[in-house]
Amino acid sequence: MSTELPEGKDAAVKLADSDFAADRREHDVRSALLDYWGRIRAGELGALPAILGLAGLILLFFALRPNTFLSNQNIANLFTQALPIVILAMGLVFVLLLGEIDLSAGVASGVCAAVMAKLIADSGQPWYVAVISALAVGVVIGTAIGWLVAVIRIPSFVVSLAFFLGIQGITLKLIGDGGTVPVRDDFIVALANKNMPVWLGWTLAAVCAAGYAATQLLRWRRQQARNLHSRPVELVIAQSVVVAAALLLGTYLLSQDRAASPLIFLGGVPWGVPLVGVLLIVCTFVLARTPYGRHIYAVGGNAEAARRAGINVTRIRISVFIIASGFAAVSGIVAASRLNSVTPDAGGGNTLLYAVGAAVIGGTSLFGGRGKARDAVLGGLVIAIIDNGLGLLGTKAYLSFLITGIVLLFAASIDALARRRRSNTGR
Amino acid sequence: MNAGDAWEPAARASGPQALPYGPAAPSGPADPPFPDGAARVSRPANAADTLTAHDRSARGDAARWEPLGMAVTPVLDLRGIDKSFGSVKVLHDIAFSAYPGEVTALVGDNGAGKTTLVKCIGGIHPPDAGEYRFEGRPVRLGSPRDAAALGIEVVHQDLALCENLDIVQNLFLGRERRRGIALDESGMEELARRTLSGLSVRTMGSVRQKISTLSGGQRQTVAIARAVLWDSKLVVLDEPAAALGVAQTQQVLEIVRRLADKGLAVVLISHNMNDVFAVSDRIAALYLGRMVAQVRTADVTHRQVVELITSGVSGDLGLRR
Repeated sequence: MSTELPEGKDAAVKLADSDFAADRREHDVRSALLDYWGRIRAGELGALPAILGLAGLILLFFALRPNTFLSNQNIANLFTQALPIVILAMGLVFVLLLGEIDLSAGVASGVCAAVMAKLIADSGQPWYVAVISALAVGVVIGTAIGWLVAVIRIPSFVVSLAFFLGIQGITLKLIGDGGTVPVRDDFIVALANKNMPVWLGWTLAAVCAAGYAATQLLRWRRQQARNLHSRPVELVIAQSVVVAAALLLGTYLLSQDRAASPLIFLGGVPWGVPLVGVLLIVCTFVLARTPYGRHIYAVGGNAEAARRAGINVTRIRISVFIIASGFAAVSGIVAASRLNSVTPDAGGGNTLLYAVGAAVIGGTSLFGGRGKARDAVLGGLVIAIIDNGLGLLGTKAYLSFLITGIVLLFAASIDALARRRRSNTGR
Repeated sequence: MNAGDAWEPAARASGPQALPYGPAAPSGPADPPFPDGAARVSRPANAADTLTAHDRSARGDAARWEPLGMAVTPVLDLRGIDKSFGSVKVLHDIAFSAYPGEVTALVGDNGAGKTTLVKCIGGIHPPDAGEYRFEGRPVRLGSPRDAAALGIEVVHQDLALCENLDIVQNLFLGRERRRGIALDESGMEELARRTLSGLSVRTMGSVRQKISTLSGGQRQTVAIARAVLWDSKLVVLDEPAAALGVAQTQQVLEIVRRLADKGLAVVLISHNMNDVFAVSDRIAALYLGRMVAQVRTADVTHRQVVELITSGVSGDLGLRR
């Protein structure tokens, strides 16, 4: 047994200083980059696969369809195409963080959209009543699934598969076989079809970029002031610059005139994009900065440890299914806005797989405990580009299904292999 | 007879001990005080080995532990605890005390009832009968949360850490500090570092490391730190050194010792006699659900403890024949 225990306070302080050397050490860019490289090699991939995928796919489709793929019109189309996928995926991230799955989220978005459309078209309700009702339907579905999973303890796979079938029946009953409910309400239609004035788009982008940079720098300063673990300031600035550049580039692309006729101007950021932005900010805050978010990660990492720490695991489990179905309702509304109608197969087909694929490609683990809200955005863009690009190539339907299935499997394999690598390297 | 009773004036004064061994021996002249706590860690098994417990208590060795004859109230004082699961009686009439500033080793063979006793202490299994006193007051624990509210923390063998979270996040799990609706990350990080520094944890590079990157000994340290972060008065450690390497075991034992030196009551469950003799101030031996002896570590030998564990009797210690 060591006898060199600290004698008195001075020794203890000195010892403490050497204890957490990595926290106190002045981080330079080089060591931070080496750390990052080490993490990637150890299987903590983060957003890397999604960003590489985005770059690769853009190059690929640009090479194959140089005239159409990066046209102003198609870029705007791509963003509105990604909206419902991203929103659905963002809700699913919460469920995936617990290592659960909600297979019914896609059709839940369909039934919520159907409820909204029916209320507007048949009952003549104002849009806000219809939207609130749709959200309520989503919450009810989520509560039911969550209760069955968390209290009765049926595997979420089975519960949501049952809901997947049942909800399709409800949608069919609501709309009628072969029927279509048109969506003509101005507000709803505007979500995916109308654009912000160009100046507003620029203002919002600038405010968001400045806000992001300010938050990051303020946090860095606070950490420095209190001698806490912090990243090198160069990296903080670089990250802020990249985010600002992405925001401004997106705004620039969406502000171009994309009207088919030279007589009118059609441009600006679609209204659905700031909606996703708000959801992204709220979800990121909730997951990263609130006790509730922390508890979600804890339950996903080790439910027994979370229970012993006094966390109400059942309540957390139910709540994530409510969030997923609530987001599904929003996603269904945006999808209905984009298509101007709701059909009985709304939210069916590959809607759910696109959303799960988006979350997983973005970096959310299917095994629980790892993932961020931004994964849904990055992965959703990847999926939208694949969908959009294949459409431009005129790929046959059977081939699109095959390719999408392969992409999903590919993303899941990266997740599983990275996880194995993490456990091999003790991460 | 046995040294254990001689230095328990508080317990004696408040009622007859339910221990199955004999009444206190008269104390003789006090010996010079024992060296301080830090040195005890490296205490060798000394010449006392050749003496019997009776000889030593007659010399009054045990009395030297009482500073100026002040009565020390045990933090935890269990008397006559019974616990049955169905028709199986697991604990018989257990008496057990843990004192502030001391490490009490709880030893016993597999199936002796150590884990059940720990679960009774931690509020997981309420005892069927008996008296549970905490800081001198009788209490009833209905759940682990009641125990935590009193300042009792149990570090279970499987640690219960979330590997996907970092050290700070694990330390504060379920009891996060907030600023408004958000987490107070800076405050938690500072306090985490202070706590770990207070335990003189040397091997961790950063408090923002994920648990999955830590070694077994470091994880054990985090689990222990979590137990002491909350102003706890009694920390129960279930086999903290099981499955650890030599150096890591050393590290954890040093921390266990330091907890006691800070004034906490520590209960250490261990199968390893070397660990027990290295850090404990007193040893409580369970044999088939009965507490056969609770003695000062200095007053017994390695062999006596092994005999108590395996047969419940060692010389005039243990179960009466």
